[in-house]
Amino acid sequence: MWGFYFQELMHSLPFFLKGVWMTVAVAGLSLLAGTIIGFIAGIIRAGRNKILRAIIGAWVDLIRGTPFLVQVFIIFFILPSAGIELEAFPAAVIALSNLTASFICEIVVSGILAVPKGQREAATASGLSQYQQLRFIVLPQAMRTIMPPLVGQYVLLVKDSSVVSAIGVVDITRVGWLTVQRIPEGMMVFGLVGLLYFAICYPMINLSGYLERRMTVVTTKL
Amino acid sequence: MLEAFNFRVILEYMPLYGQCFLATLWLSGLSLLGAIVVGIIACAMRLSQSRIMSGAAGVYIESIRSTPLLVQLYFFYFGLPTLGVMLPEWVTGVIALTLNSGAYYAEIIRSGIQAIHSGQIEAGIASGLSYFQRMRYIILPQALGMTVRPMLGQAIVLVKDSSLLSLISIMELTRAGQLLTSDRFMPAEGFLTTAAFYLILYYMLKSFSSWSEKRLIFQEAH
Repeated sequence: MWGFYFQELMHSLPFFLKGVWMTVAVAGLSLLAGTIIGFIAGIIRAGRNKILRAIIGAWVDLIRGTPFLVQVFIIFFILPSAGIELEAFPAAVIALSNLTASFICEIVVSGILAVPKGQREAATASGLSQYQQLRFIVLPQAMRTIMPPLVGQYVLLVKDSSVVSAIGVVDITRVGWLTVQRIPEGMMVFGLVGLLYFAICYPMINLSGYLERRMTVVTTKL
Repeated sequence: MLEAFNFRVILEYMPLYGQCFLATLWLSGLSLLGAIVVGIIACAMRLSQSRIMSGAAGVYIESIRSTPLLVQLYFFYFGLPTLGVMLPEWVTGVIALTLNSGAYYAEIIRSGIQAIHSGQIEAGIASGLSYFQRMRYIILPQALGMTVRPMLGQAIVLVKDSSLLSLISIMELTRAGQLLTSDRFMPAEGFLTTAAFYLILYYMLKSFSSWSEKRLIFQEAH
């Protein structure tokens, strides 16, 4: 029986690859949007405007303090009652971008704060504008601290994207869930699902570790 | 959407929320205890001289970290019955949460232990302390001090992750929101109340984290 189910599973491999594509699409779009929003929010939060800082801080706490699944449900079920009708896919991308942005915001803040104060003072003394300071002095140095946790955050993003299967986005997890109704070998089916996530996440985890080692060596040399 | 916000229904469902709040508490509390035990064992195996032990722990940690919790949950939920193991849903949920967080705790404890300067351990050996004495008096007190913050951070993640248990129909906070949505079709009331309860837990753990941090610095000054 096991052999029969295994063959069945191999037949549904194209279905799984569609799921991989969906996971990559959801995670990829959210990665782009989340990174851009997260960087902007982080730069503002590390800046001088107290009101904006407090607002972003409250947003980060709200997102960090609630489970992602609840956020997905809120966006998918509550926005329609406010008149914003969303399909599962855009709702998933919005929820995931929002989550990622709030975490990247904190990473960017700690990266910017890790740049020694003297650098900014020297830049001001050299007559650089606020934008020039950020662009040429602060961010390039902050990137060193930002990069390793940023890649780590992308791994979390791919893993968290599995949660959007709960609102019916047909990603790898959802494909597994649908397949297991037909092929009742839970370990086999979700073993394959896990393997597919592993293939995406494991290289990213190693990249994060590599960046961490490399960046640390550079900073100790300074 | 807020003018139609129905507080009466929330009050009506408050007993359910109270019950589910307690369920979230003890489900994540139980998993937290289990995860710390699993983490200590996995970490000890990872750092052991035996290649087989360390390799096994490595495979465990890496495969947990590279796959989403939801997939692990489904793996046990759909997989265990095919092995003939019939468990109540909540046991399956606690097993998945424990094994998931256990891998992260193993990494946190390991980084704490490895951050201790090797000279301290050598001094311990030179002073004639046994392995357990070195662990008890030199390594663990320092490692615990360094790892309290990441450990509490992981506890916050664990509490939020327990929301996924609602997807295998365990009664806990997120499930309460789902029930309110399906019984009365009131997703706003349902999920915002759920989110509020999670925020209470989040702020409690967060303030405990900063409190313990202060305490530990205070202890170090002595």
